[in-house]
Amino acid sequence: MTGSQKHLKGMSYAKYGYLFALPFIIIFLIFTLYPTIYTFVLAFTDAHGVGNEIKFLEEPFDNFRKILTNKTFLTSFKNTVKLWIMNFIPQITLSMVLTAWFTARRITIKGQGFFKVMFYMPNIITAATIAILFNALFGYPDGPINDVYMAITSLFNRLSRLFGGSEAPVKAFDFFTSKTASQVIVAFIQFWIWYGNTMIVLISGVLGISPDIYEAADIDGANSAQIFFQITIPNLKTVLLYTLVTSLIGGLNMFDIPKLFNKGGPDMATSTTSVFIYDKAFKGKQLFAQAATASILMFIVIAACSALLFYLMRDKDAIAAEKVKKADQKARRKGMSVI
Amino acid sequence: MKASNRNGALAYKIFQYTVCILLTLLSLFPFIIMIVNATRSSTQIQSHALSLIPSKYLMNNMSVLTSKTFHPLTGFKNSAIISICATALSVYFSTLTAYSVVAYDWKMKKAFFAVIMAIMMIPATVSSIGFYQFMYKIGMTNNYLALILPAIAAPSTVFFMRQYMIPALPMEIVQSARIDGAGEFLTFNKIVLPLCKPGMATQAIFIFVFQWNNLFMPMILLTNKEKWTMPMMVSQLSGDMYKTEYGAVYLGLLLTVLPIFVIYFLLSKYIIAGVALGGVKE
Repeated sequence: MTGSQKHLKGMSYAKYGYLFALPFIIIFLIFTLYPTIYTFVLAFTDAHGVGNEIKFLEEPFDNFRKILTNKTFLTSFKNTVKLWIMNFIPQITLSMVLTAWFTARRITIKGQGFFKVMFYMPNIITAATIAILFNALFGYPDGPINDVYMAITSLFNRLSRLFGGSEAPVKAFDFFTSKTASQVIVAFIQFWIWYGNTMIVLISGVLGISPDIYEAADIDGANSAQIFFQITIPNLKTVLLYTLVTSLIGGLNMFDIPKLFNKGGPDMATSTTSVFIYDKAFKGKQLFAQAATASILMFIVIAACSALLFYLMRDKDAIAAEKVKKADQKARRKGMSVI
Repeated sequence: MKASNRNGALAYKIFQYTVCILLTLLSLFPFIIMIVNATRSSTQIQSHALSLIPSKYLMNNMSVLTSKTFHPLTGFKNSAIISICATALSVYFSTLTAYSVVAYDWKMKKAFFAVIMAIMMIPATVSSIGFYQFMYKIGMTNNYLALILPAIAAPSTVFFMRQYMIPALPMEIVQSARIDGAGEFLTFNKIVLPLCKPGMATQAIFIFVFQWNNLFMPMILLTNKEKWTMPMMVSQLSGDMYKTEYGAVYLGLLLTVLPIFVIYFLLSKYIIAGVALGGVKE
């Protein structure tokens, strides 16, 4: 730190620090902290409907008992985790493969900029629109996907007839009444929306790894696979963890796609905890207290995930901080050159 | 030996490009079907839903679409008001907050920043029930301020702007402005803000897109149909009202993504760079 900077940060200016942070603090207290505390409080009340008087429960944990034994909630929670896993494993796998290809130094892929723009695109489109678009595409009995499906079935039948085999009935498939199909489609949409984003994050992580390490590996005669698994992956650990946890938190909040693709159905198969909370609070009897309880449970799960992230990041604080700073500066220089 | 090696490398390359092209088609295909079907009549779609040849029923679909509950212009206007105001406030105040942490030494600074880090990951949806009840009590449901004002306290934007400012903002400049007798607030507005423009622009894009696409909060707060946002209008399209109006549904979807498409293809370079920057921010 230079002398002038020290002087600049002198006490006489401290009040401006408070002053400039004040709008953030006020808005945070009113619109984030207070509603959060209020949600906690509501979880111990009988709040329901609009305009009804709110009373505290005689059994304080009654709502928690109700929610934790509520089949719909448990199913929704299981679905949330299941849908997240079904989307995350293929997502991270494909992102890793693409990252390996796009950062390989021997066999380079041309048109990377174009491919990145294309792969990232679904991420920026309104999720509500995507859900309804897929709802239309998988339409029963005459959506585009069923069009293709029936064309393929009749083609197979014609082939089968040639060889004297049996024929399958040419019939549209109702994706919306099949639990498995609905879950797979919702997970696929999530995968499709997010893999481009994950890929770009991973690529920038790889670009942040010191080129010296790669040069040393080249001199030692390591091949591409060895370099990827023994240098890239271990050095990418922080970025991978970051991706994992942010994706998990996002996944636990999944709402737009399951809600709008098939309204959480069939038979709750694509209902997530966010859909559950919304339906509890804003449909039928408007059981706000129970919705608040479910929110608090999700809050605890998410807070635990974030805490885990910070713990894992903290581990090698000094080294990681330096590395990240370098990566950041490098990425920034790249960012600046475009701007 | 060498020839087979070269063949192998060629096959590998062909494989890579095939995968990339297939993924590109996967990204484009749903939207191509959407655009083409927006121009076709419902009867055409019913007999053959998959077609790459546009038809001439665009205006027809438009009149069917707008004759019911879907009003693209209202949704567009409402979403634009919320997104633009929220983005402007969020970027300005996040930069101001980041500046307070970077440029000044105050007692609570470390604790304040730790809180920002801690709440960064917690999504707004988990406090939505308390938020709704609170807004209902003070009569602010159906009021855009309930959706716009919270954007002032955006922890992740503050975090990003702080990371951005530390190397990008030379304190000497601030110091010399001070010697020239400029007030602190004026210094921030006239000197610091212009220097932070690239970082602010990146954040602005993401906040805008997030706000434009946001469904959960507006869906909770806005019950008055006149005030509905674009994603809420879209959710209408899966209802019974448009059950057999296939062409109109595709057109409605097209209208909602059109502004996003324009923004994306104009700014894709910055957006991709911004995503890359965001990933290494931890």
